[in-house]
Amino acid sequence: MRAWSWLLALLLAACGSPPNSPYPSGEAARNVLFSNFGPSPPKHLDPARSYSENEIVFTGQIYEPPLQYHYLRRPYVLEPLTAAAMPVVRHWDEQWRALPADAPAQQVAYTTYDIRIRPGIYYQPHPCFARDAQGRPRYVPIDPEALRRIRRLTDFKEVGTRELVAADYVYQIKRLANPRLSSPIYGLMSEYILGLKEYGRRLEQVVKDLPEEAYVDLERYPLQGAQVIDRYTYRITLRGRYPQFIYWLAMPFFAPVPPEAERFYNQPGMGERNLSLDWQPVGTGPFYLAENDPNRVMILQRNPYYRPDFYPREGEPGDAEAGLLADAGRRLPLLDAAIYTLEKEDIPEWGKFLQGYYDSAGITSDTFDQAIRIGPDGRPDLTEAMRARGIRLTTAVRDSIWYVGFNWLDPVVGGSSERARKLRQAISIALDYEEFISIFLNGRGIPAHGPLPPGIFGHRTGEAGINPVVYRWEGGRAVRRGLDEARRLLAEAGYPGGREAGSGRPLTLFFDTMASGPEAKSRLDWYRKQFAKLGIELVIRATDYNRFQDKMRKGNAQIFEWGWNADYPDAENFFFLLYGPNRKAGEGGENAANYANPEFDRLFRQMKDMPDGPARQAVIDAMVDILRHDAPWVFAYHPLSYGLRHAWVGNVKPNLMAHNTLKYRKVDAAARVAYQQQWNRPVLWPAALLAGLAVLGVAPAVLAYRRRLRAGALERARP
Amino acid sequence: MTAYLLRRLLYAIPILIGVNLITFALFFVVNTPDDMARIHLGAKHVTPEAIARWKAEHGYNKPLFYNDQASGVARFTDTLFVQKSLRLFVFDFGRADDGRDIGREIASRMWPSLAIALPTLLVGLAVYVSFALLLVFFRATYLDTAGVVLCVVLMSISGLFYVIASQYLLGKLWNWVPISGYQPGWDGLKFLVLPVLVGVISALGESSRFYRALFLEEMHKDYVRTARAKGLSEAAVLFRHVLGNALIPILTGVVVVIPRLILGSLILESFFGIPGLGSYTIDALQAQDFAIVRAMVFLGSVLYILGLILTDLSYTLVDPRVRLE
Amino acid sequence: MTLPFQPVILWSDALLLMLLAAVAAFVLHTLRHEHLRAPWRAVWDSRLGMAAAVVLAAYGLIGLLDSLHFRARLPAAAGEPPQYAAEVLSLFDHLVGPLRTQVEESYSAPFATHLFVKKTLVTADGRVVRDYPRLKYGGAHLPDPQGRWADVAARGIEGAGLGSLLAAGAWGLAALGLAVHRRQPLATALAALARERTLKGPRAALLTLTLLVLLTGAVAALAPHYHVLGTDKVGQDVLYLALKSIRTGLLIGTLTTLVVLPLALTLGVAAGYFGGWVDDVIQYLYTTINSIPGVLLIAAAVLVAQVHIETNPQLYDTAAARSDLRLVFLCLILGLTGWVGLARLLRGETLKLRELEYVQAARAFGVTHARILVRHVLPNVAHLVLITLVLDFSGLVLAEAVLSYVGVGVDPVMPSWGNMINGARLELAREPVVWWQLAAAFLFMFVLVLAANLFADSVRAAFDPRSGRIA
Repeated sequence: MRAWSWLLALLLAACGSPPNSPYPSGEAARNVLFSNFGPSPPKHLDPARSYSENEIVFTGQIYEPPLQYHYLRRPYVLEPLTAAAMPVVRHWDEQWRALPADAPAQQVAYTTYDIRIRPGIYYQPHPCFARDAQGRPRYVPIDPEALRRIRRLTDFKEVGTRELVAADYVYQIKRLANPRLSSPIYGLMSEYILGLKEYGRRLEQVVKDLPEEAYVDLERYPLQGAQVIDRYTYRITLRGRYPQFIYWLAMPFFAPVPPEAERFYNQPGMGERNLSLDWQPVGTGPFYLAENDPNRVMILQRNPYYRPDFYPREGEPGDAEAGLLADAGRRLPLLDAAIYTLEKEDIPEWGKFLQGYYDSAGITSDTFDQAIRIGPDGRPDLTEAMRARGIRLTTAVRDSIWYVGFNWLDPVVGGSSERARKLRQAISIALDYEEFISIFLNGRGIPAHGPLPPGIFGHRTGEAGINPVVYRWEGGRAVRRGLDEARRLLAEAGYPGGREAGSGRPLTLFFDTMASGPEAKSRLDWYRKQFAKLGIELVIRATDYNRFQDKMRKGNAQIFEWGWNADYPDAENFFFLLYGPNRKAGEGGENAANYANPEFDRLFRQMKDMPDGPARQAVIDAMVDILRHDAPWVFAYHPLSYGLRHAWVGNVKPNLMAHNTLKYRKVDAAARVAYQQQWNRPVLWPAALLAGLAVLGVAPAVLAYRRRLRAGALERARP
Repeated sequence: MTAYLLRRLLYAIPILIGVNLITFALFFVVNTPDDMARIHLGAKHVTPEAIARWKAEHGYNKPLFYNDQASGVARFTDTLFVQKSLRLFVFDFGRADDGRDIGREIASRMWPSLAIALPTLLVGLAVYVSFALLLVFFRATYLDTAGVVLCVVLMSISGLFYVIASQYLLGKLWNWVPISGYQPGWDGLKFLVLPVLVGVISALGESSRFYRALFLEEMHKDYVRTARAKGLSEAAVLFRHVLGNALIPILTGVVVVIPRLILGSLILESFFGIPGLGSYTIDALQAQDFAIVRAMVFLGSVLYILGLILTDLSYTLVDPRVRLE
Repeated sequence: MTLPFQPVILWSDALLLMLLAAVAAFVLHTLRHEHLRAPWRAVWDSRLGMAAAVVLAAYGLIGLLDSLHFRARLPAAAGEPPQYAAEVLSLFDHLVGPLRTQVEESYSAPFATHLFVKKTLVTADGRVVRDYPRLKYGGAHLPDPQGRWADVAARGIEGAGLGSLLAAGAWGLAALGLAVHRRQPLATALAALARERTLKGPRAALLTLTLLVLLTGAVAALAPHYHVLGTDKVGQDVLYLALKSIRTGLLIGTLTTLVVLPLALTLGVAAGYFGGWVDDVIQYLYTTINSIPGVLLIAAAVLVAQVHIETNPQLYDTAAARSDLRLVFLCLILGLTGWVGLARLLRGETLKLRELEYVQAARAFGVTHARILVRHVLPNVAHLVLITLVLDFSGLVLAEAVLSYVGVGVDPVMPSWGNMINGARLELAREPVVWWQLAAAFLFMFVLVLAANLFADSVRAAFDPRSGRIA
């Protein structure tokens, strides 16, 4: 019947929910956040596998690792989440004798982290916890007859819960080594967590002969590096020292997973119904995934068993004025639910945001000028039109870098020869990223002078921070060196005017990319333009994802474009992208440029175990200098993240490290309804116009019809 | 009749094998089992052992067409082609790259596709036939000429234009309907208006012209002259006789496309965010998820053959003189 | 002696030249035989058909000019062997020089003097402001951008004036031809051209030509000083892109024919003529191909082609060769999937022809199959082939846009209407709207397809008089 009400609403343009609302009527009045996901749905929601940004939007709210980042304080600070206190970190030597905290790295053989979690934390309601009268699991083993009637998770009528225990955390750490899950961080963690590598090998033997869906009882196999101390305490043991490990404890990889859930899902017939941890997570967080229809909508619902958790009482100076402390001390979460609708394209997403149907939106370069104007002081601000709608803007530097990499193994652009270095330096100057940022990002980026984005320890600002190979310091600003300097370097490299000295053959370089689609063409055109400034012909080798990965793995690429989002706010997470032993070709590491410089590698090993301080800064400066001189990357830019939100959304402070921020968010549903009404009155004059045109069209038809009838009559009347 | 059907069904088998052979050959060149393993295992930290393990676990460690390790018939049957393609014949499509069951996905996605395709077909048919009838009624007048010119002009406009323009005007500027999205049930009707409208308009020119030619051909037949001679009015001749007789070729022509309706429209569904099989296919193509593409190719072929059989059947139904032998 | 350029013949150029040669042979053959000429006379008399033919010829000319590729010689130092630029240009690129090279920074509207997007500028006194900067080329000759419309009008009229001279010349030439043909005085011929009923087809063609020439004159006069259709995101002239896309569209519509024609002719006619197992095999073949959803088959084949290019990079070292090969592959694939319809039609027609008395008689006399096919069957199905090919042309041009959207169209760096539409789609979300690229692509495509449709109509009406035709 709502269909009729919609028709009526369209015809009368009367009250009720507007005709163009993508939601059922009445939804907007609920204490619910409306957002979107896409262009493709998340692939993995299993905390051992999920590593993508579009996945952590969900897993961040559902799974609770022991630690979290403080929502308001900057620089980013870790604080306990489910842990009762910060982990107790102790260092040991080879004979398990305790060492002081400042013991030199080479002495430290083991590091232990003792983590005590709070009692009284309960899981979300889930059928895997349901028990029958005798206390046995209700759905394990499941009766195949009963399973036949099951189509999705909500078809299981009985649910239950259980208290969170330390063993669940240990269980998840073991899962990282499960070959069936192929966790993306297994390779990295097996270098550190004691015994994890052997554990993985052992599991390989165990699962080899098991059917695909079989449950592997990890509790039967102990892991040296992760052990339960008591019901609420567990200990992680690392090989050597790895100060950055503490950051991993704030990521869903180290969240608890109840063994019941795996036992429940790993039954025959579950997988083909899309019932798995990848699709239906089980966590202790403030929300649980109530509906997962990745083709259309995903709904996070408030977890009824969520423990008492409160809005932070203190923040940075200025937070109180910004209204960010208005809810201090309130019980979290503040929302009842969050509804995420699949949105594949930018146009509809932006359109629906302006119509008030999404509570927040990002900005693309196509919508930028409509939303943002740059004030006289060079700071971004909202346009009049946006401000009139009560829309607000938040900006933040993302902890990421985009770069153009040169394959170090390539005979033309790679290697440590003076010729190749000058060629790379010339290209670094010619790629005018100030222009790139202005065309493609509308200024939503900062030209990069090195691998470290602002906000990460080791980044330098001002004159000390410029890349002297590419920039000069002039009048208090970094100015890109001129093309004449680039051309001179190119000539010194043996390519005067972009042509090989001696033979005069034009220099042709290859740009490998997997970019395709509408935006790619103009960007690729831009790259060709930049190289053409030096007289170099750039051939774009656009290819698909598989081929591109393959090329990178084999080290066949020449010049490529890539980006990196930091896992945690530490310099180590950026420099390891250029660490020699970490190269991609042959080793499968993340050093896509296959860069290798012994001095840089030595400094890297030194830097990574150092605490932040002047000594570390000195090492970092030396490393950055090497990189600038060698130029294995063209440091492109650090993107800025701009977010827009409507007036009815509150408690928004960009926090690019914390992902469990949905619990702080609040909405004023009544205001939302009022705005939506106001913005979505159907425009009816075109309907009238169309009707008028139709009448105009019918008139000659009627006339002709009359004439034809008369003519027909005459025709027949004729003998 | 039964014998005929049986024969047609048997004939379908070599065709489907041929279809499988073509798609299998094409896709395994592009997407080797190694590529598949890498996509499943993720981009980071993948070792050659992990790939070999994945291939063995999923049965992709066999040769493509000829297995020289096996003996006898197994040389041909213990191969990727036979193992992976035969499963399609029992509609076991396997898993997509994201781990979801393709068969289940198809079953749930065909409804949104039908929700767009069926109204588009029915409304379209009604509109095209009426428009064509009008043109025939006013044949040889300036209205007819104007109508045909309009048809040619409409035919010359890219379908993408209708999509882009309608979304911009009706959705964004005039706030009549949601810009995109889908919802099952009656609530979702408002989501269907725009795609159905675009679907109907984009074929208006070509189809109306086709039906006009059909009707004109019918107008030249003897029975029309007889009817006119009997003194029937022009409208009566047109509606009762011409339409009645032309309806048979129209309907039998439509029958062949009916089974394929569930595959949906690639362009409409992906532009309007309809979670049907059309957008499923396009996403799979763009993400290079070939398990899905192969499943859709197979399904498309089956439905096409089904359409051919239905067409033959419908001939016997509307015209009892036709006997299938 | 060294040439100032090095001719480059891309695969598609070669194929296009082959096609042109075939068409020329066909035309000569037709002209020599009176019975073949007759139906074309009906086209000659059709106003819409002739007007459409002129438009098609204009598109064809641009496409052809754009298919003559070369690499310019680079200035070389003494003693160095001559070297040629890596960049492959076409004669068309050379002719429209400034259109290609006058690249702005980003979007600008048609006839604009300022950039369409604001930029952060540093003024002379060091203040940072965000404003619309002047364009580097568009309207750069104007001291005061206020007066640009007067300047546009003046230049446009001047150009159109030059164009009208050309048009007058065309009329004169036509009249001269007529006068010589009819042995009349020139004035009489001119009057006949202007009024005579039997000359309505050529008259429509001349009128269309006049319009085209006037428009071209005006645009040619304006284009070096303004961006007549604006610029795109990276500042390339949209008019240039739209014109460059013509070649892509034409090639897709015509090269496909090269694949369709032999396949459909041999298989279709063989199936109908020989029957039996030949018919069974061919029917099986085309039912199988037909049963695969077209887009999926094309997508799969395009991906295979891409892998081939990727694994043999040494064969395609220039950007032009890479994207050209992808285009050729696309045509090949469209042809391989597109021959079925025509083959079916030919099979049916041949079945009918086979039963005709004179064919039966020829067989009885022991005339060889080859001879029967060439003498009796082929000439009688030629009109079907012609009509189908002309009708398919517009469908193929439209299909290119859709395929680009699906991601299996021509190379993303190749100018094509599909790529333009695909890229400009997102521009509608901007406020204010950037409409010119979308509009230009749709307009150029629309004109070509409309002309092709109208021409196809008149061809069909000429060869198959039973079919309804416009006016």
